[in-house]
Amino acid sequence: MNHIKKECVAMLLAGGQGSRLYALTQEMAKPAVPYGGKYRIIDFPLSNCVNSGIDTVGVLTQYQPLVLNEYIGNGQPWGLDRAHGGVHVLPPYETAAGKAWYSGTANAIYQNIGFVDRYDPDYVVILSGDHIYKMDYSKMVDFHKEHNADATIAVLEVPWEEAPRFGIMTAGENGIITEFAEKPKEPKSNLASMGIYVFSWQKLRKYLIENEQDEGATKDFGKNIIPAMLNNNEKMVAYHFDGYWKDVGTIDSLWEANMDVLDPNVPLDLLDDSWKIYSRNPVMPPHFAGPQSRIENSMIAEGCEVNGMIDFSVLFAGVTVEEGAIVRDSIVMPNTVIKKGAVIEYAIVGENCVIGEDAHIGERPELIENKDEWGVAVIGHNVKVSDKAVAPPKAMISKDI
Amino acid sequence: MASMANVLGLIFANMHEQLLPELTKARAMASVPFGCKYRLVDFPLSSMVNSGITQVGIITKQNYYSLMTHLGMGSEWDLARKTGGLHILPPYGREGTGIYRGRLEALAGAYQFINESSADYVVMADANVVANMDLKPIVEFHEKQGADITCVYGSVVYPVERAQAQTVIEVDENNAVFDVLARPTMSGEMNVMMNIYVMKRTFLEELIRESECRSLYSFETDILQHKLKDYKVMGYKYEGYFEIIDSMKTYYKATMDMMDRAVSREVFNLAVPIYTKVHDVAPAKYGIDCSVKSSIIADGCIIDGVVENSVLFRGVKIGKGAVVKNSIVMAGTVIEEKASFIDAIADKDVTVTKNRVITGSVDFPVYINKGGVV
Repeated sequence: MNHIKKECVAMLLAGGQGSRLYALTQEMAKPAVPYGGKYRIIDFPLSNCVNSGIDTVGVLTQYQPLVLNEYIGNGQPWGLDRAHGGVHVLPPYETAAGKAWYSGTANAIYQNIGFVDRYDPDYVVILSGDHIYKMDYSKMVDFHKEHNADATIAVLEVPWEEAPRFGIMTAGENGIITEFAEKPKEPKSNLASMGIYVFSWQKLRKYLIENEQDEGATKDFGKNIIPAMLNNNEKMVAYHFDGYWKDVGTIDSLWEANMDVLDPNVPLDLLDDSWKIYSRNPVMPPHFAGPQSRIENSMIAEGCEVNGMIDFSVLFAGVTVEEGAIVRDSIVMPNTVIKKGAVIEYAIVGENCVIGEDAHIGERPELIENKDEWGVAVIGHNVKVSDKAVAPPKAMISKDI
Repeated sequence: MASMANVLGLIFANMHEQLLPELTKARAMASVPFGCKYRLVDFPLSSMVNSGITQVGIITKQNYYSLMTHLGMGSEWDLARKTGGLHILPPYGREGTGIYRGRLEALAGAYQFINESSADYVVMADANVVANMDLKPIVEFHEKQGADITCVYGSVVYPVERAQAQTVIEVDENNAVFDVLARPTMSGEMNVMMNIYVMKRTFLEELIRESECRSLYSFETDILQHKLKDYKVMGYKYEGYFEIIDSMKTYYKATMDMMDRAVSREVFNLAVPIYTKVHDVAPAKYGIDCSVKSSIIADGCIIDGVVENSVLFRGVKIGKGAVVKNSIVMAGTVIEEKASFIDAIADKDVTVTKNRVITGSVDFPVYINKGGVV
């Protein structure tokens, strides 16, 4: 098969476990975790690619890929079912030299040099499936070209006190990066790396191969590739991004990012037609607000049937909330049933759960004296909570209770 | 028994438009929006697909642009296929054919498509019947009976004005059709024709050829009425929920039926879903101080007012203090602050301006045409 040259290919790192999401990533990779009523996290980078005119995307999978593979399918929901390019799921594979898992972010790309080479791209965009944001990668690629850079790293100004949690770039006024520090105790800058890179492919290719030959290396972009390129005085520039960007790697941040869709002051407009976020839509009828329903300040997806009270919550497709049940400040993932009289507060309830009658999940913070004992309660996917059962704040339930 | 992969589906996109002039002014009957996110064609098309049919032709006549954009390549119905799949059949598709006067002429226009199929059977349906039907038992019935034509009918209680818009049949104890009444003046219990027919493909082809040379164009009059004795015409009684959209009043009624949970669960049975075009809009957003009861709501709506017993299509905005009751509000319509919209139907992209009060009656809902500003 002949391959038509692509100026730009995107590689999406989607193999991470997302271990800090605990019960929610037991059976699915983090990029497959539901978000925002009808999406999965990976819809954001995938839609950004399509909206940016990038039609060739490699998705690197490793941890629990079943849900993710099925979800991506042939890429049709994102318009990535293409004759040339399109979306390709790239799991680790066996070669004549042996077999190896992806041992780091850089190693994952290294193992797929063959895939990228087929399109002979000038640039490669490296993305992760961990963040919620809308970004035009084509502008970043243009920036990369204008600066004649070898690598361009998207950065976001973060509050100084939060800087030690990120990979921090120090850049001059000309945008040239002079220093990079991974989670520095005493940050010299507040420009955090967003984990979005544009590389000139031939340059990256060279560093990937060199990194692979270094036996002590962890084979990671942040730990190896970026520092090595900096050491060799390659031209690396910082691309400033000032839109909405949220890491959803922890329970709290996932909960907050979902609540953000309800806040009109948060600059993430999911209804903006000029930058649609595509997703594999469930085939379900519209949702039904029943005669007993009381719904305010919430997002309700198709297929839901609500007869209870919903406030400040996000209900994903096909959720049933029976009479007298209360869902407040919570996220309920697809096809879960909340039975009569159950109360869900400050909680994330996974897919296909059943919350029994009069069960109580989570608690309001104002009712807890010791704030250290308070936190978002989590019910993992496919869990049955029996009638009158209680899951306290901070609970992490992955088996039936 | 026939495999449903061996059945060709045909849908008549423009039949009965004269019964629904407002809603079909700028669109085909098949693309009349229905039930929050669907268009009428979704019901026969999904029924065919869920019954195992993999080749479907949509016979069009006029106003079919919105239908074509709705159907696209047919991928939402899993009909974007290498073999078979979805085909839109516009008029003038074959020499000597054009704008048809009746079903037989429409079929003559689609003759090549029918002829090139290798299907054993053809199932034909109109677009104006809301139902989620399993067609397999109907094809099996047809085959078992050795019928020439099987007509699907339902037992209904209709007033005179509805009977006068329909074909009514009588069947004997063996399910043979012995009388066909077109637009009869009658009321009460009757067997209404659902305009779903099963025939052998070769039989249909012969019927088309013969009708063409005899200048016959109405399937109901020229075949079912005048030649009833020449063929073995059987009736298959459909027992499930269905509603024939034959007036604005029945359109309104059928829409309100979707609020009935039992009807909704049957029509929107998730095991055999009704497919439709995907629009990729975010889920509906409910604001502060809104109140929504007994309503069905599509994605993309933003609700800040009061909604009761209503159907909101995709992307409808209900302003603060606005009240919508017993109404159908189609995609993209905006009901501005403090406006009232009661017992009414708004077509797509309507604006009901601030403080405006629109009130119809349940028997005669007010209709505001596409793009209207009131």
